[in-house]
Amino acid sequence: MFKEYDPLKNKLFNVMDKDGHIVNDKWMPQISDDQTLKAYQQMMFARKADLMTVSYQRQGRIYTYPPNYGQEAIAGGLAQELRENDWVVPAYRELGLWLAKGATLKEVFLYFMGYEDGSRFENATHLLPVSVPIASQLLHATGIGYEVKYHKKDEVVYTFVGDGGTSEGDFHEALNYAAVWKVPVVFVIQNNQYAISFNVKNQTSSQNLAVKSVAYGLKSIQVDGNDFFAMTRVAQEAAKTARENQEPVLIEALTYRKGAHTTSDDPSKYRSKEEEQEWEEKDPMKRLKGYLTGKQLWNDQQEEELDQQYKKEVERQFEEAENYGDYPLEDVFKYQYSEMPDILKKQMYAHQKFLKWKEGQ
Amino acid sequence: MTLVKAINNALDIKLNDNKDVVLYGEDVGYEGGVFRVTQGLQQKYGVERVFDSPLAESGIVGTAVGMAVAGMKPVVEMQFSGFAYPAFNQMISHVARMRNRSRGRYTSSMVIRMPYGGGIKALEHHSESMEAIYAHIPGLKVVIPSTPHDAKGLLISAIESEDPVIYMEPKRIYRAVKQEVSEDKFNVEIGKANVVQQGKDVTVVSYGAMMRDTQKALAMAKKAGISVELIDLRTIYPLDVETIAQSIKKTGRIVTVAEAPTSFGIGSEITAIANDEAFLHLEAPPKRVTGFDTIVPLPQGEHHYMPSPEKIYHEIEKTAKF
Repeated sequence: MFKEYDPLKNKLFNVMDKDGHIVNDKWMPQISDDQTLKAYQQMMFARKADLMTVSYQRQGRIYTYPPNYGQEAIAGGLAQELRENDWVVPAYRELGLWLAKGATLKEVFLYFMGYEDGSRFENATHLLPVSVPIASQLLHATGIGYEVKYHKKDEVVYTFVGDGGTSEGDFHEALNYAAVWKVPVVFVIQNNQYAISFNVKNQTSSQNLAVKSVAYGLKSIQVDGNDFFAMTRVAQEAAKTARENQEPVLIEALTYRKGAHTTSDDPSKYRSKEEEQEWEEKDPMKRLKGYLTGKQLWNDQQEEELDQQYKKEVERQFEEAENYGDYPLEDVFKYQYSEMPDILKKQMYAHQKFLKWKEGQ
Repeated sequence: MTLVKAINNALDIKLNDNKDVVLYGEDVGYEGGVFRVTQGLQQKYGVERVFDSPLAESGIVGTAVGMAVAGMKPVVEMQFSGFAYPAFNQMISHVARMRNRSRGRYTSSMVIRMPYGGGIKALEHHSESMEAIYAHIPGLKVVIPSTPHDAKGLLISAIESEDPVIYMEPKRIYRAVKQEVSEDKFNVEIGKANVVQQGKDVTVVSYGAMMRDTQKALAMAKKAGISVELIDLRTIYPLDVETIAQSIKKTGRIVTVAEAPTSFGIGSEITAIANDEAFLHLEAPPKRVTGFDTIVPLPQGEHHYMPSPEKIYHEIEKTAKF
């Protein structure tokens, strides 16, 4: 596959057209109808949660949030291949992956409500917290890959970056280190066309983003990230390459950020309605639904019922997060070091003393 | 044992102790580092544990974050502290924050070694003393040894620490100071200063390579009949406030010696400790003997910049007589 879709050929890998018809039988992944349906439902849940989170933000019930709307098939496809001990090293727009790894929606809400406690991920193994500084997390994935190889573990490290992140030095250092060290890391570029307001066309002179791997000696592919089956197949091939050959892989997943960069952003200022409409037709949920309904595995009524059920589930977890309680002063101090140094204790006690004084006023 | 040998010995002990310890950086493997600090370790422990990294400092520290998160214990080298700046984002944004961000689930427990300081007639970027920058980053610990004994004990403690430690090596005295040091494993506690010499007139605080110049100044002070209490900080952060404060309370006078710029430096912090903890005991204004708020000059001008024993003595004398 990596030969046939060599990024130097500038050939996009896809399997399904915009209406859900399979157009590339050769590379259709081995996946049962049940599994496909389950994946669709998980993507539905991620989309529902995402859209509701944006409206919670509009109601002032949660702080700044980066929407995932329109990018669900990337996580959806990768999740088919993700194993319990595989690592996920995210940026901040990987809601589907967090959920697939076992993070709860409540934890995601806690984080965006402003509690570090949301990054504990009590039920998830090998999932890292949000990393805000662009592309810096990719090096962590490479380092984890070194550990996996060093201890001869059967694990793959998945890590994520946006299109803008490919201009950062850490992107290039991470690819180079991973290729030199030959570590099992799958780098995923979620190319959603925009780094906040900056179009990917102006971000680089390269013909595509996958091609950046060529100089570093990594296998790579440009895939239609709104095509669930293409993403699933690429995930299978990438995981196999990483797991069996101890080789890093770069995936450029072409998608579109239907929402804003974050809830503080207004995309209507920098992109046209025509462009949004063009991508609307390639919406990943619509395409997979087209496939499922075409095979009579799914219908509108089932969708409506599940949507209502998911709405209740999201509400339930949001309410739990909303009732989480006060942020204790001690929590500001106690996770800085393995043991709280005297200097920090002193600062904390001094502040407690002040609070006591204030209470007495 | 020289300081270089002591550091090498500490690395050897910890590599032998713990299979999760790995050592890497630019030229640290085959060549044993540009100062030969890691000499012989690759031959002893193999290329998977002691190795040369591609030439990219952010890459070195960033990958170490991943290794630490996955449970390894990376000890990485920045070839010179002046080359560490490309790794700042990783240090500040991740090394220092991973424990807090994940509420203790993951840590970035690692040691970042870097030779620092001037006085070696070097090219630009090879002479600065930027410990205050690291000390200002919540989540990091910063240590600077001044003797082979402390270099070994502090490095062993740093590698055993669950917290990330910036370990700054006074390269000017890498080979200039020799000391009997046990070949066995021992620790010097991070966070504890060393009262090197008891005295009653003036407290002098220093660390790293400047300890040597300070001791020369103390010999002059002794001749002049001034009794100096000398403290070697050993740990820059967290500072041993108690030891410093007690000494100031005893002598009522404090002089700090460092080769870093004056403003916002370690000496400024110690002056603040004098104010906060010992104000009513002060007999003289707290003084700082440091470099200037300038770029360290190239070798022909460096003698203007580096505090000399005479300059240190001069300030001690003024403070004693104030």
